[in-house]
Amino acid sequence: MSELLIKNGFVFDPLQGIKGDRMDIGVRDGKIVEPGALKNPQTIDAAGTTVMAGGVDIHSHVVGPKVNVGRLFRPEDKLFKSPLKRCSRMEMGFSVPSTFKTGYDYARMGYVFVNEAAMPPLHSPHVHEEIRDTPIIDNAAMPVFGNNWFTLEYLKNNEIENNAAYTAWLLRATRGFGIKVVNPGGSEAWGWGLNCEHIHDPVPYFDIAPAEIVKGLIETNEFLGLPHSVHLHCNNLGNPGNYTDTIESLKLAEGYAPKNDFGREQVLHVTHLQFHAYGGDSWGNFESRAKDVMDYVNAHDNITVDIGQVTLDETTTMTADGPFEHHLRGLNNLKWANVDVELETAAGVVPYIYSPKVKVCTIQWAVGLELGLLAKDPMRTFVSTDHPNAGPFTRYPQVITWLMSRAARDETMKTFKWLERTIDATSIDSIDRELGLYEIAQMTRAGPAKALGVCNTYGGLAPGMDADIAVYSLNPEDMPSDPAEIEKAFARCAWLVKDGIVTVRNGEVIAEPAKRTIWVDVKVPENAQVQRDIYEHFLRHYSVKLDNYSLFEEHLFNPRVIEVDTTQ
Amino acid sequence: MPKKVENVGCPYCGVCCDDLVVTVSDDGKKILEVENACAIGNQIFHHATGGERVKLPRLRQPDGTYKEISYDEAVDYAAKVLHNAKKPLIYGFGSTNCEGMAAAAKVAEKAGAVLDNCASICHGSSFLAIFDNGYPSCTLGETKNRADVIVYWGANPAHAHPRHMSRYSIFPRGFFTGKGQKSRKIIVIDPRHTDTAQVADIHLQVKQGHDYELFDAFRAAVRGHKIPEEVAGIKRERILEAVEIMKKARFGTIFYGMGLCHSDGRNHNVDIAISLTRDLNDYTKWTIMAMRGHYNITGPGAVWSWQYGFPYCLDLTKKDIAHMNPGETSSVDLAMRDEVDAFFNVGTDAGAHFPIEAVKHLRKHPWITVDPNICMASEISDLHIPVGIVGVEVPGIVYRMDNVPIQYRKVIDPPEGVISDEELFERIHQRLCELEAEEAAKEQVKAAPVGVRAEE
Repeated sequence: MSELLIKNGFVFDPLQGIKGDRMDIGVRDGKIVEPGALKNPQTIDAAGTTVMAGGVDIHSHVVGPKVNVGRLFRPEDKLFKSPLKRCSRMEMGFSVPSTFKTGYDYARMGYVFVNEAAMPPLHSPHVHEEIRDTPIIDNAAMPVFGNNWFTLEYLKNNEIENNAAYTAWLLRATRGFGIKVVNPGGSEAWGWGLNCEHIHDPVPYFDIAPAEIVKGLIETNEFLGLPHSVHLHCNNLGNPGNYTDTIESLKLAEGYAPKNDFGREQVLHVTHLQFHAYGGDSWGNFESRAKDVMDYVNAHDNITVDIGQVTLDETTTMTADGPFEHHLRGLNNLKWANVDVELETAAGVVPYIYSPKVKVCTIQWAVGLELGLLAKDPMRTFVSTDHPNAGPFTRYPQVITWLMSRAARDETMKTFKWLERTIDATSIDSIDRELGLYEIAQMTRAGPAKALGVCNTYGGLAPGMDADIAVYSLNPEDMPSDPAEIEKAFARCAWLVKDGIVTVRNGEVIAEPAKRTIWVDVKVPENAQVQRDIYEHFLRHYSVKLDNYSLFEEHLFNPRVIEVDTTQ
Repeated sequence: MPKKVENVGCPYCGVCCDDLVVTVSDDGKKILEVENACAIGNQIFHHATGGERVKLPRLRQPDGTYKEISYDEAVDYAAKVLHNAKKPLIYGFGSTNCEGMAAAAKVAEKAGAVLDNCASICHGSSFLAIFDNGYPSCTLGETKNRADVIVYWGANPAHAHPRHMSRYSIFPRGFFTGKGQKSRKIIVIDPRHTDTAQVADIHLQVKQGHDYELFDAFRAAVRGHKIPEEVAGIKRERILEAVEIMKKARFGTIFYGMGLCHSDGRNHNVDIAISLTRDLNDYTKWTIMAMRGHYNITGPGAVWSWQYGFPYCLDLTKKDIAHMNPGETSSVDLAMRDEVDAFFNVGTDAGAHFPIEAVKHLRKHPWITVDPNICMASEISDLHIPVGIVGVEVPGIVYRMDNVPIQYRKVIDPPEGVISDEELFERIHQRLCELEAEEAAKEQVKAAPVGVRAEE
């Protein structure tokens, strides 16, 4: 029996409403217990430091085919940018780190759960191979549905029950976690070199509009009662003036209420909102519309968002939004990789440099922070960089610091070539708000865990939950005046306990506890129609056999299954 | 009753057919029949149980003969070779599963080896072009369902990838291509009138070694510029005819092979092929794909990219950081400069594929072959370690030429006692750790007493 006592820290646990109280946290056999229940624990002295649950990332591209294309085709991302080995495996890469570096770096920042944001179903064995090689952190992966031929056909005919049965089948086949939607309809149109820029543009041949796809998938999701909601990457990403499309997309959730047993309160999660909150009609008059978008989000409880903060780095963009990546390669004329996936989705990868010398980039930087700072409910607004699209996840400490410190923002803004134009085009200079540690805990663990429907296990410190605990060298009663100190504390946590095992000490990984694969197994009634449709498509249109498509049990690494039963 | 195993993946070429049906004898010891495979794939299965197999590792004796030894002894020998070498090279992997590649990488990292795969002498020039220019591609089912124009450039699938044309490109009826071949235009560009050229609507017999100029003419024509009367031996009208078909396609795929990566221009040929694909996407939808050779030669590029960020030519000799520089860290170049002092040939045949000078240099040092079969490499090795045949006796994940992972099955048991690549490398890794620990213990004894040293 292994016991651990984290003594005297300032505890921030929004799931229990604990706001920096000085308390002890007890751990026994990988779970959190009442400190009084411990007999002979090993003690960690956390006096004068901040104690939170392990971090939860709701949206990050860390494993799978397009991530790996990003690694493969960018040798320059490794050159002079990789640290020397100090754990059991080498750590290579900056914007798209190797699987080992990904696991170690998340752990060093005190994170324990990372949700892979887009899994092409056909490639699920690849995703699970990479999950196996990503140490320490628990992973889930969301298969993409928004351009899937089955989904498009069922939703066009308004067959929610059939779509639900297919969804349940695909989640099991890929050992997936939830319903991801990327540029609904647009990536299918990209099969012909086209796109759906607006939510009422019809999808070629399938004759359904993105709006119907999103609504149909929300209905499917609530019909099944999945832990997570529909997770949407809206149409028309990255273009001036797209905020109207975004608000129209957000409005699609109106009238829907969550139905689930997992404590989730939203029906729609809209991801990397920063890329979708732009005004103007050209790059010349490009401006922020963060306020318009955030006003809508603030007023509607059934929506959650993550910000997708630009970090002003050289990075690698990658998304299942195939037409967008083609568009981007036209803008920067760098190398471009593309993978259209039969019957399911597409993907593109293009390197990108967010430079403080480029006006559009600095406006994008401001938009992300505006979203975070204008948010009324940090339990519904989460920290992300859409890793690696707006910047690598290793910049979370800097993002947190920008959110917590006006001085840090001013410091960064000083480096902008087009500072005045950036200020004119955004409201960033008029926002003095500085978030506190409780709000950061909401935006980086409690909120994401709740939105993912896993807050009975992750994101909090209540007895019975997984003993995933991060300790940061920050004294809430004596916060450092230099914002760089905040960043340092979040970059390298003082302690990380994962599953009750001391994993990081003084920012260095000292143990590699077994990681898990989280997936959702939905029981639905037998559906002969859907079984027949699956059989037919595999017989005629897929290039692999049906029996070789579903992930073999032997390729699923250390699973933790969340069961949903719709038959009762 | 003989047993039929269905949906079996084929361990021959990058087409990775996964629709084979294999009939196994009553006692599970003999493969009786293989359905759906091409002649070559068929042979691989029959070979597994058809003749004599090497069932134990074989160690070279002073008199030049081989003597059978146990796996434990072989693991110990291999680990010691790696442990004692300054710069060992572990090469091959075209014909094994990804699990084996991951285990071998662990060994290479531990031993401080150079880790390379057959792309080094094959599609490595494609990687160079991809590093510079990207890779607008698709999965093979996408080509089957959408493509109305197919280009084979410097590739002869009729011989090298026997079922490629029928499964994915020319003949199949897909979702938007219900008429099959009738709805598709086929363009073949090759200096020879190959069997693939036989089924083409247009065959452009490019002058050998002049592919780059022809691509250049294609790009100019796509953009509406004037081109000379004749380029690379092809008349202007014929070029314009092909370009017109390509521009008017709804969806097209360029499949290219060794004719581009191993004729004059090499990576530049691939680079401009990618540029042509980029250009065509300003008008309609085009994709490009390398005709990868072995069934899992795409695998090491995938596995090592997620582990180290590089697909091939990985120099792990520094032990704390990986480094890739083809030409410096590529197998043949290292061998030609006599820079490596131990050689592992895994799931390939460097004895047959490398230049003779490179082989001669490698032969000066310990040479270990890990392969199910007797091949030229195994016959000149110091140690030959047999392993189970992936796809026949060992299951696992392989990556098709379009990077789609295919889960391979096991059809029969390997010969008694024969282990998998993965198990072999895991055991070598464990032995390496033991050797290191032993050495560290010795070092401690030798270590100077703690104290302050005088200034030198």
